Amino acid sequence: MALLSSKTKAVLLGPLNKNNPVIVQVLGICSALAVTSKLEPSLVMAIAVVLVTAFANVIISLLRKSIPNRIRIIVQLVVVAALVTIVSEVLKAFAYDVNKQLSVFVGLIVTNCILMGRLEAFALGNGPWPSFLDGIGNGLGYGWILVVVGFFRELLGSGTLMDIQVVPEAFYNAGYENNGLMMLAPMAILLVACIIWVHRSRNKELQEETN
Amino acid sequence: MNRESSAYTIIYSVVMVVIVALGLAFTHQVLIDRQTANENIDKMQQILRSLNINASTSEAQERYAELIQDAYLIDSEGRKVEGTEGTTPDDLAFSTELEDPAAAGIPVYEAEVDGSVKYVIPMSGTGLWGSIWGYLAVESDGSAIYGAEFDHAGETPGLGAEIADTPFKSRFQGKELFRDGQFRSIAVVKPGRSVANRDYVDGISGGTITSQGVDNMLLQSVGKYRNFLENLNAANR
Repeated sequence: MALLSSKTKAVLLGPLNKNNPVIVQVLGICSALAVTSKLEPSLVMAIAVVLVTAFANVIISLLRKSIPNRIRIIVQLVVVAALVTIVSEVLKAFAYDVNKQLSVFVGLIVTNCILMGRLEAFALGNGPWPSFLDGIGNGLGYGWILVVVGFFRELLGSGTLMDIQVVPEAFYNAGYENNGLMMLAPMAILLVACIIWVHRSRNKELQEETN
Repeated sequence: MNRESSAYTIIYSVVMVVIVALGLAFTHQVLIDRQTANENIDKMQQILRSLNINASTSEAQERYAELIQDAYLIDSEGRKVEGTEGTTPDDLAFSTELEDPAAAGIPVYEAEVDGSVKYVIPMSGTGLWGSIWGYLAVESDGSAIYGAEFDHAGETPGLGAEIADTPFKSRFQGKELFRDGQFRSIAVVKPGRSVANRDYVDGISGGTITSQGVDNMLLQSVGKYRNFLENLNAANR
């Protein structure tokens, strides 16, 4: 299929696995820790980042031949900041509660290293279509980690998923308790570490040499 | 035109900024109505929570209209400012901020719960990292607390942020703002401590500055209603 040649396929799917921004490049950790105490904000954050990376990549890619080199970082920042502001405005209008939970972290998407990294490394040197796929891929690569971490933190920390009680009352009566540690940021980094552990043991070529 | 020349760079940035500004202004204009509606519902939910009612987003407006019988501004003497009555979000009593120095007065919300009248007053102050605010529902004697609601912009999760949790808020129920006919407000103290001449609740362990912020807010914001509460207290004792 012409739409997805093997090269563009690698651009889209690479960041989901062997080139993942969070667990391989270890970028975007700050927000991954902060917003994942519940599944719903994790999902919304993931969607927001996918949209912003994809469209920022496309816009920068379209402008790449006209951007003066001296102010290219400023141009990238303005584009990203504008998109993030739009996302934040839309959230305030259509998902007010989630927006309150995400608080400053929607605004802080601007400073997410994944974004600037992709704009500098990819969008400035590639056409709009591959750039779009690269943005989607990296956004999803970041997003699925958030969703997995959010899933376990909410399940084990609150006994709910999307605010719906899933751990049955009988468990609590039998002495089961929600793990309060799951609600705190340190547990998020431990969960990310567990994902990295599983991922590395399945992809031996990513393991660092040890002496 | 040379892409690296200064003139090109300046023109490029000017055009870019103008386009971005127009785009953002347009987005804001399109969405502002929905955003305001959300903020109003959020405020209604907070007022309802101070009356110990947890209303979901969808039912908040209905419950609010049902419970809040009257809302108005009061002047510094505690008297109702004529012409400010009205309970809808478009009325002055709803839209006026406590801290607005140009406002005609400070807002009071009158609710009727199970046949008795409660007065809800807003509070605002400063915590450790940013602003904190809340609502206090006072019984018709102007002294006993029926319920309290607190929220914050960004206090530390697990520590100061716990002022927004039910265990802390419920400590205020039944406390008295007046002691021996004098307005004393309610103190927030370190857990285990006590104060002699006024009612007090335990603060948050590890959230000392936030607790002090709540203590200060109870003194400053509620203090603005002193005359109003004294009038109520004198009339209904």
